[in-house]
Amino acid sequence: MTSEKSGADILVEALTDLGVEVVFGYPGGAVLPIYDAIFKQGKIRHILVRQEGGAAHAAEGYARSTGKPGVVLVTSGPGATNVVTGLADALMDSIPIVVITGQVPTQLIGTDAFQEADTVGITRHCTKHNYLVQDPARLGAIVHEAFHIATSGRPGPVVIDLPKDVQIASARYEKPTAPLQHKTYRPQTKADAAQIAEAVAMLAAAERPILYTGGGIINAGPAASEALRELQALTGAPVTSTLMGLGAYPATGDAWLGMLGMHGTYEANMAMNQADLILCLGARFDDRVTGRLDAFSPLSKKVHVDIDRSSINKNVRVDLGIVADVGSAITDMITAWKACGHRAADTAEWQSRIAGWRARKSLSFPASDHEIMPQQAVKRLYELTRHLDPVITTEVGQHQMWAAQHFGFDAPNRWLTSGGLGTMGYGLPASIGAQVAYPGRLVIGISGDASVMMNIQEMSTATQYRLPIKIFILNNQYMGMVRQWQELIYASRYSESYSEALPDFVKLAEAYGWTGMRIEQPGDLDDGIAAMLAAEGPVMVDCRVAQLANCFPMIPSGAAHTEMILHAEEVIGEASDEAKALV
Amino acid sequence: MQMTEQAAERHTLSIVVDNEAGILARIAGMFTARGYNISSLTVADITEDHAVSRITIVTYGPPAVIDQIIAQLDRLIPVHRVTDLTDLGPHVERELALVKVAGTGDHRIEALRLAEVYRARVVDSTIASFVFEVTGNPEKIDKFCELMREVGLVEVARTGIAALSRGREAA
Ligand SMILES: Cc1ncc(C[n+]2csc(CCOP(=O)(O)OP(=O)(O)O)c2C)c(N)n1
Ligand SMILES: [Mg+2]
Repeated sequence: MTSEKSGADILVEALTDLGVEVVFGYPGGAVLPIYDAIFKQGKIRHILVRQEGGAAHAAEGYARSTGKPGVVLVTSGPGATNVVTGLADALMDSIPIVVITGQVPTQLIGTDAFQEADTVGITRHCTKHNYLVQDPARLGAIVHEAFHIATSGRPGPVVIDLPKDVQIASARYEKPTAPLQHKTYRPQTKADAAQIAEAVAMLAAAERPILYTGGGIINAGPAASEALRELQALTGAPVTSTLMGLGAYPATGDAWLGMLGMHGTYEANMAMNQADLILCLGARFDDRVTGRLDAFSPLSKKVHVDIDRSSINKNVRVDLGIVADVGSAITDMITAWKACGHRAADTAEWQSRIAGWRARKSLSFPASDHEIMPQQAVKRLYELTRHLDPVITTEVGQHQMWAAQHFGFDAPNRWLTSGGLGTMGYGLPASIGAQVAYPGRLVIGISGDASVMMNIQEMSTATQYRLPIKIFILNNQYMGMVRQWQELIYASRYSESYSEALPDFVKLAEAYGWTGMRIEQPGDLDDGIAAMLAAEGPVMVDCRVAQLANCFPMIPSGAAHTEMILHAEEVIGEASDEAKALV
Repeated sequence: MQMTEQAAERHTLSIVVDNEAGILARIAGMFTARGYNISSLTVADITEDHAVSRITIVTYGPPAVIDQIIAQLDRLIPVHRVTDLTDLGPHVERELALVKVAGTGDHRIEALRLAEVYRARVVDSTIASFVFEVTGNPEKIDKFCELMREVGLVEVARTGIAALSRGREAA
């Protein structure tokens, strides 16, 4: 018989049993018993953030860089509402995080008690699942179940709302011995063999195949990326990826087409448009990828592998939908391909068309010798750090797209970005999460002058834990992506998109105990990057870049892949109302 | 291949769920969040220990949307299973309505006669009013209410639709 323990102790013990090493959190009245339990133990490390929103993104960064779930602990009311953006972000990008929120005591729920918020109500539709724990005897099982749900199937955020009286009440807890079998939740991970055979036959018969890969491959673990490379080698098919899937197939690989979609390469989008077979692996045909739906890849048969059945046929109807863990499905396809004795088809003609599209050099940008081109800054950052195998985070905006276009990733879990929700303020805390996971690795946050302000307070967290993150701001003194849209669609009426009254980032860095640097001239770029790498501890680089540079190529919202704008000269000044209505 | 324009269809979905707090909000909220329609929703627990509920939802939309609704329901954690009874073919749908009618003289007599035709029972009466209880498929109830409008309909309460597949197997 195990003895009874307080709910707070049960929580900490269950987290320990689940292998949790780090919790990102912020204390408050409704979680004091848990903080006391944390104080009294020595296994779980608590990282104190400066705002709960930072904790959620840090947990996401930790999760995305390690493949392990990120854990967050916050108080009731404002603590819980501050993590909502991070929950929505993790839901969109399928990031496993478990967020424990304090709640007012059970008997006060519903009375508008001090710091009461309806956390399960508020988070119901921005979590994969959530719980209000009412019985301390159920707490241990709920914690284990929450981790199971967050990490299995299509991963996502789970909230456990824990009233204060449940934290104090005592109950028994025993570590579960058998793997958890949920009553109703049994995600299908193994693909149907007949469907795999059909997919392989389609792949073997294709003359113009393309592998369209996404974040699901990253979620499926490093083995899935390995399998993808093998499948590519067997079939000879070119590979493109969504923003979330970068690194699954190496950017240095011959078959790499670059990212597809709104700011994807010409060759990736043209190949999607002209393919006769699209094999979609762990991506979800999102609007940023497809462009105008009725013009999306009109000639192709489509096979879609996804662990979430609701992703299949949601935006684009496919010819074959396979519900499975994408890593497992790719492995099955490799086995089936070999068993059938298939050989890579002769795709010489397809390859030569692709070579023609590549020759357009859609990622080229105008050079300048008097101002730093932001694309050039990312390129040099890549070239000067690639031997260090860095983890890269971004905020949201032009700099994010330039990073996706010009920084090459050869392995998964190196690229942390907010894709689905597009959350400014993600990058700095995500860098912290990744650096906590890998204290010895180089973590660089490619940042924007506006985005970085959204969670700027987390600089203090990095200082406290001596996390040597490098925040490299592509400072164009604009909300560049907003300004770009205003230039292209609203005849350059730059309404509220100028970054007025920016802080002196160098002084700001110093105020937080960081090293601050400024790079202003193209000729100083390499030395500046070298100095950033040489400096110990956290560094903030204020890299002054061309203010009015635009991110191309670009498929305007609602346009087809073939209607890509490659260069600034092709730009229209004012769009129709219909175009303005598109996001 | 694009989503071709398809005509809206009416589908009756039977959803067996764990009877946990917030389950109804989870399901109804999913419909509103994604812009799906609900024309009827009923819920009650169906096991001795009250642990499992059946939610019956009548919705309408093009086939692709119905498929998506089912997939979205299916991935909610407390959902045991979702059955599209319309897809399954023949099934039984029943609804109960309470219909209050006020009037005297000919109207009152006519109301009673019609009630008999529709096998409605009188569950409350005063000198000048009746409350009828009528069960049947929704069209029958629609029709009954329509007729009652002519003879002094005051108000109606309807339960929404409960439905089961035909035959001996559980759907
Ligand atoms: C929280 C949030 N608010 C607003 C937006 C809309 N938005 C997208 S990009 C952007 C500008 C970002 O500016 P900056 O960080 O300087 O990056 P740049 O585009 O200049 O590289 C804005 C406001 C957003 N994505 N997230
Ligand atoms: Mg900017």
